Amino acid sequence: MAEPQRARPKPTPETQHFWDGTKAGELRLQRCDACAHVYFPPRPFCPSCASRKVSMFKASGKGFLYSYVINHRPAAPGFTPPYAIAVVELAEGPRMMSNIIDCPQTPEALELDMKLEVAFEALDDKITLPVFRPAKG
Amino acid sequence: MRKNQVAVVGAAETTELGVIPNVSQLQLHADAALNAIADAGLKLSDIDGFATAVETPQQVCHYLGIKPTWVDGTSVGGCSFMLHVRHAAAAIEAGLCKTVLITHAESGKSMIGKAPRSISADSLQGQFEAPYGVYGPPSMFPIPVLRFMKTYGITHEQLASVAVVQREWAAKNPRAMMKDPITVADVLNSRMIAYPFRLLQCCLVTDGGGALILTSADRARDFPRKPVYIMGTGESVETPMVSQMETFNSSRAFKTAGPLAFREAGIAHKDVDHLMIYDAFAHLPLFGLGDLGFMPHEETGQFIADGNTRPGGKLPLNTNGGGLSYMHSGMYGMYALQESVRQMRGIAPAQVPNAKISVCHGVGGMFAASGTIVFTNER
Repeated sequence: MAEPQRARPKPTPETQHFWDGTKAGELRLQRCDACAHVYFPPRPFCPSCASRKVSMFKASGKGFLYSYVINHRPAAPGFTPPYAIAVVELAEGPRMMSNIIDCPQTPEALELDMKLEVAFEALDDKITLPVFRPAKG
Repeated sequence: MRKNQVAVVGAAETTELGVIPNVSQLQLHADAALNAIADAGLKLSDIDGFATAVETPQQVCHYLGIKPTWVDGTSVGGCSFMLHVRHAAAAIEAGLCKTVLITHAESGKSMIGKAPRSISADSLQGQFEAPYGVYGPPSMFPIPVLRFMKTYGITHEQLASVAVVQREWAAKNPRAMMKDPITVADVLNSRMIAYPFRLLQCCLVTDGGGALILTSADRARDFPRKPVYIMGTGESVETPMVSQMETFNSSRAFKTAGPLAFREAGIAHKDVDHLMIYDAFAHLPLFGLGDLGFMPHEETGQFIADGNTRPGGKLPLNTNGGGLSYMHSGMYGMYALQESVRQMRGIAPAQVPNAKISVCHGVGGMFAASGTIVFTNER
């Protein structure tokens, strides 16, 4: 029997551009043309002012560690505990859930407010996940 | 809504609580409903309004043989029943129905006749949270707590004291699942679940149910039990994705629902004799005390560690033992409501002497929703 796999996202018409972006090595956000609000997750209107005029842009990929847990049990399929489930605050403002790579999954190594940068992890030929690693320098 | 116009006249939990492998979830609904109907001295045919969550109203009404003219299937997680109370009170006041039955039941441990919860891969949660290894509430609900601790200087020991104090209450309650005393050290040495939370800071997983019956305050005088009046109510939702909360320093849903209920009741915090704050995990009472305005968030951890919420303390909190020690079938809000009603009736196992006002605050999902009810036994 195949190893249990980590949950795979299935894009919708409103989120396809995000997943096309990660596959191309870009973290894409949306900004409202009317009020300049930057938001996530993707949707074709501004959740702050309701304008339908919004633009997609490539985010800096920089952020900081806002909060996390280190999950021990039960572990999700495809994960080996203990592993951190983090929330990253992006330099542009929105927050997103992610994992932290290239870093011990310990409270000592995972310091709140530590600077992070995006990395991309291909799950298959369709889906690439944005994850984060400690920022260099 | 006008205060004290609607009252709880029937309240009961399932005959058994805990591990009930010989009863399906649907039958647990019926068991709780029949107990509440008996408690109110009513017949099934007296019920003309019905509300429940997760199971549909049609499912439970048909099973029970109820023919309602008003239903509410609001299902926003564990606080759904607080919202049902609020909606039922409005419906009764508006004349849409006279006597409302609210049921909750969950075969949370034995999983008999319970559909598994699932997240579809094309939902926003499925796309933007599930791939990162969230797997059930213990991996999600505590995600805000490290930020909350850093912002307000809350310590691991203070968060452990929540479980210790609630175990003291549970020790007074014959129906509580966990009654043996525990210490802060026991909590901090229990098995790690999702850092920073350990086993004793996470709720129990059990089977059970409960039901409430509401009618107008004028009719309530003719019922066998002491009426418990709905003094104030509040509700709100924020987001189904814990990662997308406005801030991890408070809950927007709590800060909306709680103050709304206080304003409607026309009470100040010093008027509260008894408090229930839904405790699926140990940080929720701290969020609740702060977001409901009892004190600044910075003081919540020390307030509990100092014993202010324990038996004999100045703000008795989660007096049934809570989701951490009493029971937690998955949607605990109904049990918090039941304890508030018992306290207002004066029949709780750990009765707060002369309690006249009880605040019952619930959460749904991972801070996704909230409902607050202020009860009183004086009209």
